[in-house]
Amino acid sequence: MTDLTKLSMAEMRDGLRAKTFTSAELTDAHITAMEGARELNAFVVETPEKARAMAAESDKHLAAGIPRGDLEGIPLGIKDLFCTEGVQTTAGSHILEGFTPPYESTITQNLWNDGAVMLGKLNMDEFAMGSSNETSYFGPVKNPWRATGSNFDFVPGGSSGGSAAAVSGFLAPGATGTDTGGSIRQPAAVTGIVGIKPTYGRCSRWGVVAFASSLDQAGPLTRTVRDSAIMLKSMAGHDAKDSTSLQVDVPDFEKALTGDIRGLRIGVPKEYRMDGMPEAIEKLWQQGIEWMKAAGAEIKEISLPHTKYALPAYYIVAPAEASSNLARYDGVKFGQRVEGDDITAMYENSRAAGFGHEVQRRVMIGTYVLSAGYYDAYYLKAQKVRTLIKQDFEKVWGEVDAILTPTTPTPAFGIGEKSSDPLEMYLNDIFTVTANMSGLPAISVPAGLSEDGLPLGLQIIGKALDEETVFRAGGVIEEAAQFTAQPSKWWS
Amino acid sequence: MSVDKDTVRRIAHLARIAIKEEQVEPMTGELNGILAWIEQLSEVDTDGVEPMTSVVEASLPLRKDEITDGGYPDKVTQNAPGAEDGFFTVPKVVE
Repeated sequence: MTDLTKLSMAEMRDGLRAKTFTSAELTDAHITAMEGARELNAFVVETPEKARAMAAESDKHLAAGIPRGDLEGIPLGIKDLFCTEGVQTTAGSHILEGFTPPYESTITQNLWNDGAVMLGKLNMDEFAMGSSNETSYFGPVKNPWRATGSNFDFVPGGSSGGSAAAVSGFLAPGATGTDTGGSIRQPAAVTGIVGIKPTYGRCSRWGVVAFASSLDQAGPLTRTVRDSAIMLKSMAGHDAKDSTSLQVDVPDFEKALTGDIRGLRIGVPKEYRMDGMPEAIEKLWQQGIEWMKAAGAEIKEISLPHTKYALPAYYIVAPAEASSNLARYDGVKFGQRVEGDDITAMYENSRAAGFGHEVQRRVMIGTYVLSAGYYDAYYLKAQKVRTLIKQDFEKVWGEVDAILTPTTPTPAFGIGEKSSDPLEMYLNDIFTVTANMSGLPAISVPAGLSEDGLPLGLQIIGKALDEETVFRAGGVIEEAAQFTAQPSKWWS
Repeated sequence: MSVDKDTVRRIAHLARIAIKEEQVEPMTGELNGILAWIEQLSEVDTDGVEPMTSVVEASLPLRKDEITDGGYPDKVTQNAPGAEDGFFTVPKVVE
């Protein structure tokens, strides 16, 4: 029998419906893969019993020939930022250890309503603050990819590092992620898979542990563009429980994958050509331009002049919002409590013991930039710069339909290599953060390998609510790149 | 702008994070590194620019002012480190 874990989600959908295999068989294959890959540390909680029960339910629907949705019987991993009823949800933080939500996030409920099966909860940077999965209280995740001829461990990117490792390591065909500054696209790029951050407001944030509410968006990580289209269609949609969730119809994203981009105008922003960019990234970007041209697209150089200010502005806005959102972890309502002499000491002790160093640093920055006397100089200034960044994009949409950039400035780096300097770590998001700051949809598609044999991705940024063009152009890159490389299974 | 050790102690207290004395100096250095990097925003001319309030053009939806959820204090308090009779418990705050 074929290895069921190697199939794409679309192939799983077909095979289940044709009764070539059952969801129980498909789910068991993935449970075996998950249990055999604990060395990767991708999962924080495994839920094999729940998975088998959900698969049995799916098999009833499939046997009756009435699948509830496209995901009927397909096993998925869930980033530990999504609240799952009765299953521990920690956001990668000690302060939430033991928290078992009595409710289900809207997005995961949407997936279950379409018949998906939950394999477990995926490791992540603490409260999604990180680009390497090294800030997780539950330890770093190992990238399934290794450099040619080396057994050195690389990071899987972050914050959705567990999601990226699970999907690229064939433990799940798809996983949920969230993206505040690049946390879906950057890990997807450095693990050789596809990830899309949709337009802000496409996906409900209800039941997703909040980091920076004006930037957070959920999306899928999968191995193919089509699978991301399938999964995003299930996740997206208006939700009355999130007032920023958009009241717009969800297109059938799969139908956008026509492969036809003749006449599409693709912008190449000159500000993304950075000094010191590795040659492999530069070459890959040029290759992407050639692929687009060959498929009939028109390439235009564009200017997004405020690009270099997106990251510093982000490091005001995101910590400011985080310092407010994380005020709820006070040792009273859920999670860990550390007693003190009085209630203030109890709050301070609980938060000192419960938050890791990066989270404390960002809460401190956020508290400072919002404090009396500094609000105008920092927060207001950053929100004005954010307006300028959004205007940069609005000005070019008259000339181009989508924008092509590299996803990351480097391939995956080694575990421990960048953890000493926060600024060096922050620079991972330099190409991805602009889409968050301006609310735009953006996809990362695996497009090639570095000199050392590590995966690299290209990014397509689109207009607000135009995920269809993003998927279509992403599909063309996928088709042209023929990225068939896979990590060799070194874990046991 | 940069912060000194007293400011770091004050921010930690505002953020309700207990900070050990030996952590104050390294944290001061880290925050100043980040603040110095952020300082490049001062190059940007933002005169007359509206600060962003919403990243997508959407009007805030209204709904009827009615109770749509609730009535299960046990569920609400089930994850609390301390709870009694449907209430959260905290150290004594009034004498």
